[in-house]
Amino acid sequence: MNHRLKFSIWLALLYGGIVVFVAATAALMAAGLPEGEYRILLRIFAEREQMLLIFAVLLLAACAGALAWLFRNYVTSVRALAEQTRIVLGANPEHRVSARGGAELADLADAINRLADAHRQLHKEVEARIGASSARLAEERNRLAALMSELSEGVLLCNAEGRILLYNEKARALFGAAQPAPGERRDIVGRLVGLGRSVFTLIDRDQVAHALEKLQASLDQGVQFPATRFITNAVTGALVKVQMAPFLSSGGGIAGMVLTLEDVTEMMDQEAQRRSLLRAFAAGVRAPMASLRAAAENLVAFPEMNEARRVQFTSIVAAESRQVSAMINDALAEYADALKAGLALEDMRAADLLSVARRRIEAMLGLPCAQEQAPEDIWIKVDSFALVEALTYLAGRMHEDYGVRSIGLRAAANGRFAELDIVWSGAIVGSDALALWETEPMQVGAQQTPLTLKDVLERHGAEVWVQSHKTSHTAWFRLLLPLGAPAAVPQRRSISADSRPEYYDFDLFGHADAAPGLAERKLAELHYTVFDTETTGLEPSAGDEIISLGAVRIVNARLLKNEVFEQLVDPQRPVGKESTRIHGIEAQALRGEPTIAEVLPQFQHFCEDTVLVAHNAAFDMRFLELKEAATGIRFSQPVLDTLLLSVIVHPNQEGHSLEAVAGRLGVSVIGRHTALGDALVTGEIFLRLLPLLAQQGILTLGQALEASRATYHARLQY
Amino acid sequence: MSKKILIADDEPNIVTAIEYLLQRSGYEVLLASDGEAALQQVERHLPDLVLLDVMMSVKSGYEVCQRMRERPEWQRIKIIMLSAKGREVEVSKGMSLGADYYLTKPFSSKELVAKIDELLGTPATPGGA
Repeated sequence: MNHRLKFSIWLALLYGGIVVFVAATAALMAAGLPEGEYRILLRIFAEREQMLLIFAVLLLAACAGALAWLFRNYVTSVRALAEQTRIVLGANPEHRVSARGGAELADLADAINRLADAHRQLHKEVEARIGASSARLAEERNRLAALMSELSEGVLLCNAEGRILLYNEKARALFGAAQPAPGERRDIVGRLVGLGRSVFTLIDRDQVAHALEKLQASLDQGVQFPATRFITNAVTGALVKVQMAPFLSSGGGIAGMVLTLEDVTEMMDQEAQRRSLLRAFAAGVRAPMASLRAAAENLVAFPEMNEARRVQFTSIVAAESRQVSAMINDALAEYADALKAGLALEDMRAADLLSVARRRIEAMLGLPCAQEQAPEDIWIKVDSFALVEALTYLAGRMHEDYGVRSIGLRAAANGRFAELDIVWSGAIVGSDALALWETEPMQVGAQQTPLTLKDVLERHGAEVWVQSHKTSHTAWFRLLLPLGAPAAVPQRRSISADSRPEYYDFDLFGHADAAPGLAERKLAELHYTVFDTETTGLEPSAGDEIISLGAVRIVNARLLKNEVFEQLVDPQRPVGKESTRIHGIEAQALRGEPTIAEVLPQFQHFCEDTVLVAHNAAFDMRFLELKEAATGIRFSQPVLDTLLLSVIVHPNQEGHSLEAVAGRLGVSVIGRHTALGDALVTGEIFLRLLPLLAQQGILTLGQALEASRATYHARLQY
Repeated sequence: MSKKILIADDEPNIVTAIEYLLQRSGYEVLLASDGEAALQQVERHLPDLVLLDVMMSVKSGYEVCQRMRERPEWQRIKIIMLSAKGREVEVSKGMSLGADYYLTKPFSSKELVAKIDELLGTPATPGGA
């Protein structure tokens, strides 16, 4: 209630009360007086009328003054105190109250301030605790992500619906070409490994379902850590060995699964080669052997046979043995790879292996070890642990048996082999000593392994010998082992170089697929594909075409900067000068890129199960719709337009261009006018619009679409 | 005077066959059935060429080859290694240790004789096969 009005009412009531009181007093005094005395009383009042009036006015003024004083000191200031307290509570916890007015109020203000101090302190402590634990959580997550990215196996973690919660780079590489060969197009499939995506686009649903059934059966039988294995064909054609283990919900049911993936294509190929080699021998050798044996046994059994017969049989022996020889040589040459050792071998730089060996030799034996600069490009196929043990063992024998005080390590390439040398000077080591060492279990310091040097050499398809150089008095053990191939270095995307890639999202865990209709879903929960196109011009209906398509995904209100789609498109028509000026893409740069008919199916795959978001979406959608007839690809999912959403949130602002909106919302604009760059900016804008929309009560997709429709700009047609 | 060839191999059948072949090709043939014996034969007779099997008892062909190359006065002796192990890495080891040639079993008689003739610089002597 208005402050003045309240005062007036109180004053009126007070005055009314006084009038009633005075009137009542007068009435009581007058009642029962004899006529004569009543007259006298009236006269007394009448004679002093002026004085009484003055007293009355003075009394009323005094009452008004007293009421005003009371109001000022105990009503207005209490209100002010309440307001200030609300500021402390709501807006600014650092604010402290002060009271004008009575001493009691000053007391109250003081008490409130103490309460505010205590509240502030508590708040700070809670905040500090929250901050510490979220930092710890973030650190743990980063550690997990780092660990995952270092694993040599691919790892996928899925919830029970098969949605991916976590993956590593290796898993992505397994399901897509890691690095396109020059001239080869980038493969889309690898991009299908993404947070919140379905694992069933990568691995056959029936295989996973079958494996899950087996796991459930093991669990029912009380097996504590069940796991199952199967081999599957990746979409890329690679053979992938999958090991699957469940993780359980608190209720004991299967909450999800961990899949470890290994590319076994090469292994299987070699296995197949080995089998066909055996078959070739079995079938190929028997027949000529039979003739050989029959002819030879005839020659032995019947020495008296005539000359013509003898010639006949000996020529059979000669011919058949030539055939067997040829067969063996051919088969061995053809299957040479299958006979190579090394299933569990990995490719490693020789220089790196020697560095590890040097550190090990120095640490285990205390033997000074010099490492010569090895060429960077020598890669070897090794079981690095076993080989380092072998080198350390050899160095140890030299140290213990021959008193060698220091050794050197070096590497060189020789044809299809690498030479690893352990070099020393002085002592002469006979090859008979080496032959003996080869067959003894290797012992380094106090550690003994059951392996012999010979085992290690055989596993590597390697040979060792000792060589010496007379004039320089140096000698060396030379290990000759097959060269390997340079290991693929994981490709880093420049766009997310500043942050650790978002490879995990455990918030997807609680995500149940059985959701209400899309329109009722909360905006913050949905998955989005934010995209942008660059085009040859502004008029799709006049034949302008898309020349570049960029997109990024949003899952659980996070912009996944490393799950992106970026593809140049051959428009099969000239690129306008005006548009080249904007995006800087020349027509010749697009030659050899896929056409829109090839790109759209891939893009459709990329945005499966998501809501599309674009700035000025009508423009981009028009281009996509015009291709519908030619490609048969329809983008039927809901579309949100950040331009319209911006208009909804800030109807009184003039500019709603991407730059204007980005500037208003504090999104820094980088990589403008590349499709992916603009898609990223649009994604950031969209995420910042969500809370502003929520303030206006727009929480669900349905509400956002309805509000967009109602907006004036929606009527613009391109 | 005909050139001397030492055959060092522990498989008697192939030794018999190669001995006959080389004798018919006009060479003087010496025999040894293990690595140690091979070195003694070299010491005693100083052959012009040694056919050295890799897989021998007492001392392997690699070892014999390496020992021979350590002696300056034996440097001119040609060495052909014979082996049933035909992997590239073994060939490479043999050549590194000083062999002049490496033949994988089974091989053709013609090829063996041609290689010996080439190494010894003797024209192929036609013999009665």
